[in-house]
Amino acid sequence: MPVTRSATDRPRAQAAVDAQAPRSSRSAEAGLLVFAVLLAVAAHASVGIGRAGEVGGDTVLFGLVLAGLALLGHLALRRLAPHADPVVLPVVVLLNGLGIAIVHRLDLGAADRARQAGSAVPDADAPLQLLWTGVGLVAFVLVLVVVRDHARLARYAYTCAAAGIVLLLLPAIPGLGATINGARLWVRVGPMSVQPSEVAKVLLMVFFAAYLVSTRDVLSLAGRRVLGLDLPRARDLGPVLLAWAASIAVLVREKDLGSSLLFFGIFVVMLYIATERTSWLLIGLGMFLASSLVAYQAFGHVQKRVDTWLDPFSDPSGSGYQLVQGLFGMGTGGLLGTGLGQGSPNTVPFAKTDFVLAALGEEMGLAGVMAVLLLFALVVERGLRTALQCRDSFGKLLAAGLAFSLALQVFVIAGGVTGLIPLTGVTLPWLSYGGSSVVANYGLVALLLRISSAARRPAPAPLSPAAARATLAEAPTTVVRRP
Amino acid sequence: MNRPLRRVALACLVLFGLLLAQANWVQVVRSKDYREDSRNQRVLLRTYDRERGPILVGAGTARRAVARSVETDDALKYLRTYPGGEVYAPVTGFASLVYGFSGVERLEDDVLSGEDERLLVRRLSDYITGREVVGGSVLLTLDPRAQQAAWRALAGRRGAVVALDPRTGAVLAMVSFPSYDPTTVSSHDPKQIRASYERLLADPLDPLLNRAVERTYPPGSTFKIVTAAAALSADYTPRSRLRSPRVLDLPGTTANLRNFAGESCGGATVTLADAMRTSCNTAFAGLGMAVGEERMAAQARRFGLDGEGLRLPQRVATSVFPRDLTEAQEAQSAIGQYDVRVTPLQMAMVAAGVANGGELMTPYLVREVLAPDLSVLSLTDPESQGRAVSPEVAAQLTAMMELVVTSGTGTRAQIPGVRVAGKTGTAQHGEGRPAHNWFVGFAPANAPRVAVAVVLEEGGGTGGRLAAPVAKAVMQAVLR
Repeated sequence: MPVTRSATDRPRAQAAVDAQAPRSSRSAEAGLLVFAVLLAVAAHASVGIGRAGEVGGDTVLFGLVLAGLALLGHLALRRLAPHADPVVLPVVVLLNGLGIAIVHRLDLGAADRARQAGSAVPDADAPLQLLWTGVGLVAFVLVLVVVRDHARLARYAYTCAAAGIVLLLLPAIPGLGATINGARLWVRVGPMSVQPSEVAKVLLMVFFAAYLVSTRDVLSLAGRRVLGLDLPRARDLGPVLLAWAASIAVLVREKDLGSSLLFFGIFVVMLYIATERTSWLLIGLGMFLASSLVAYQAFGHVQKRVDTWLDPFSDPSGSGYQLVQGLFGMGTGGLLGTGLGQGSPNTVPFAKTDFVLAALGEEMGLAGVMAVLLLFALVVERGLRTALQCRDSFGKLLAAGLAFSLALQVFVIAGGVTGLIPLTGVTLPWLSYGGSSVVANYGLVALLLRISSAARRPAPAPLSPAAARATLAEAPTTVVRRP
Repeated sequence: MNRPLRRVALACLVLFGLLLAQANWVQVVRSKDYREDSRNQRVLLRTYDRERGPILVGAGTARRAVARSVETDDALKYLRTYPGGEVYAPVTGFASLVYGFSGVERLEDDVLSGEDERLLVRRLSDYITGREVVGGSVLLTLDPRAQQAAWRALAGRRGAVVALDPRTGAVLAMVSFPSYDPTTVSSHDPKQIRASYERLLADPLDPLLNRAVERTYPPGSTFKIVTAAAALSADYTPRSRLRSPRVLDLPGTTANLRNFAGESCGGATVTLADAMRTSCNTAFAGLGMAVGEERMAAQARRFGLDGEGLRLPQRVATSVFPRDLTEAQEAQSAIGQYDVRVTPLQMAMVAAGVANGGELMTPYLVREVLAPDLSVLSLTDPESQGRAVSPEVAAQLTAMMELVVTSGTGTRAQIPGVRVAGKTGTAQHGEGRPAHNWFVGFAPANAPRVAVAVVLEEGGGTGGRLAAPVAKAVMQAVLR
């Protein structure tokens, strides 16, 4: 990561650079957005060429809508967060556009299958996903409009916590929640089902960040030193126990292994960053391992997941079917893939949601999978860099949490689909079909860019050398880019 | 907070590194295993995704497809259809989503699917230029007129017809009845395929069986050609006189052997040629005992019995001449009874061997393998299987078999203006069951162009009355 501590008078030099940053950043972003939209349109067009030998008419509509939404996001950033990182939005738009192209391709495959079986052709999901992308960008803009200064969010920490917990437990309420594919993490609203845990994830991270910043001193300073580790006092274990209990509740009540893992992981890592105490990490890991063991013993569905992971081919047409079909798809795709529209990704169940990476791997090959993983890595890296650059603790911690949550979520689902770890169903952000996920993740990125804009905002110039020294004395570290 | 942040960044790097490594493991290291796993439906889907080459018959402008793929708009891009229908089904076989491949579809699958290495260069250029890979085609040796004539002449009677070009071994006709329409098991609807196939399997008449090569029958009197060949190759001549009692006592048994309908063969002794003409059982039974098991078995082997490994297109059932015979069994074997078992193809080979001056050609069914642009990739060269009899013996046998048709049991095989040689057979099999009716022969006798074998399962008449007209129709179709 090209980041160094600065101990010299670099801040002034950087301030001078950053003074011009807004304009050049935003134009760089505009250029990258054009590139991202073109790539997504190319993918959409190649689905048509691969399937029917010609570009479908819907490609044009798709391109126009996506370009319009990208423009909306870009203009919002120009006005509302002019100093924000220029790379994040283009990468997100590219992932999102690619996702819609793949959902479109799977729509066509599903329609073929239905026609062949003589059953009714299912409604296409791609237009809906495009609509959700629109809603996502509206959410993106709303977050930027409402949250003018991320530091103020800390005041609403407990509101966020309450809202997050309510959203999280909503599916467990009889009559409101719906069980889909064995997991009770949906809420039916009219004809639609919404997955509130995606939104809850973001709200809870805001709470975590605010709470941990206010209590970090007591959590990190009190305690004894044993074997080189600073152990916390027993009474300070409260918060981590609470988070642990909440994720266990999610696991038991809603059978949502993925979300449970995600929440606990994010909390423990944020706790570690806030306190700088490795012991929290080890305590968290210990609790995770212990509860995993108990969950494995106690819950049939957890046991089945693990057994399937250990040997998916022991029951290739039963419990291992999905994983095996996904592996077959990706293996068949090989290095370069069959080409969009020319494989059979529809043989994999849930190819549009959890297994979208298998569909991508089959038709775009290892090249496509690695490209997508690196795009995610880029967003995560930009997020963590924002955390490093950020000058206030709350923003730092929140940015780090948001970025890490993305990394962990991608790891959990991509690792599950490729057989690296046991499979737990969470969405692949922006790529998977699903409205709640897209909207929540656009909200997440908006928060990240809000913090980024604040972090990269140039210090008020001009500064006298004395004032500069004073600023330097206040800030223990500053971060600059290596030329 | 920056120190833990850097560590978390490093941890994220490790997470993404692990994902990239695992993706490489799945898509590169294990790729081949996954791609070729038989449980991977894509393997089958791919077969249907490219245009499978046609199976062709006929020459020049009359060339037509008996099996070909047509484009559809469902998930499996191409549908296999069989314009040749049940007439050609025993040869084409089927290409089924559920039951795999059979017949030429199976034998020549590499070519038809485009996987054959002779198509490799083309496939590479297709790949580079982005054109769809198309399978090669296979041109059969079958003569559409002979094939149709054989089908019509069988006229719904259980049995089989095989016609060969005696000079090359090329199969000109191969018909088996009852047959089936391969299209019913090559559709894209697994449920319908299973239903059709189950129905065919349950049919007591066994329509999936290619009777021309997959079932063996007792050859009856048609086997007298082989017995005569063994005798002539020893020191007999067509004029050698044989004892021809009305009833022959079988040595070492209480049983005896009679002529057809208990008739006399025209005296106490007859010439070998006359015995052939009238199909005299007692004379040939005595001849068999005199020639002996060793020479009989050797002669049978030279005509191709007891041979294995022929695929035409199915594995050809082995025709057998029994061994370790008692004298009585020798007598019965000499007239094609006891445990002598032959396929119709085998009997056509016997006729073809005689017709070709004694030299037996290996039968083959694929004349040419063609690239998708119909340029010839390979041409089958006729192959000799060795000499069955000397040219002199072949000439003597031909003359004797001509007499069968001009003035013997096979007069119904006569073709105006063409010299026809042949031999009838009415083979018993089991107490109280109607006999199988046979005719084997070739024409023109002076310059043979077609050799044929016809069997009618439990035809209920004699070979001369029922099978000879079928053979005549097929030979006429070839000669026309």
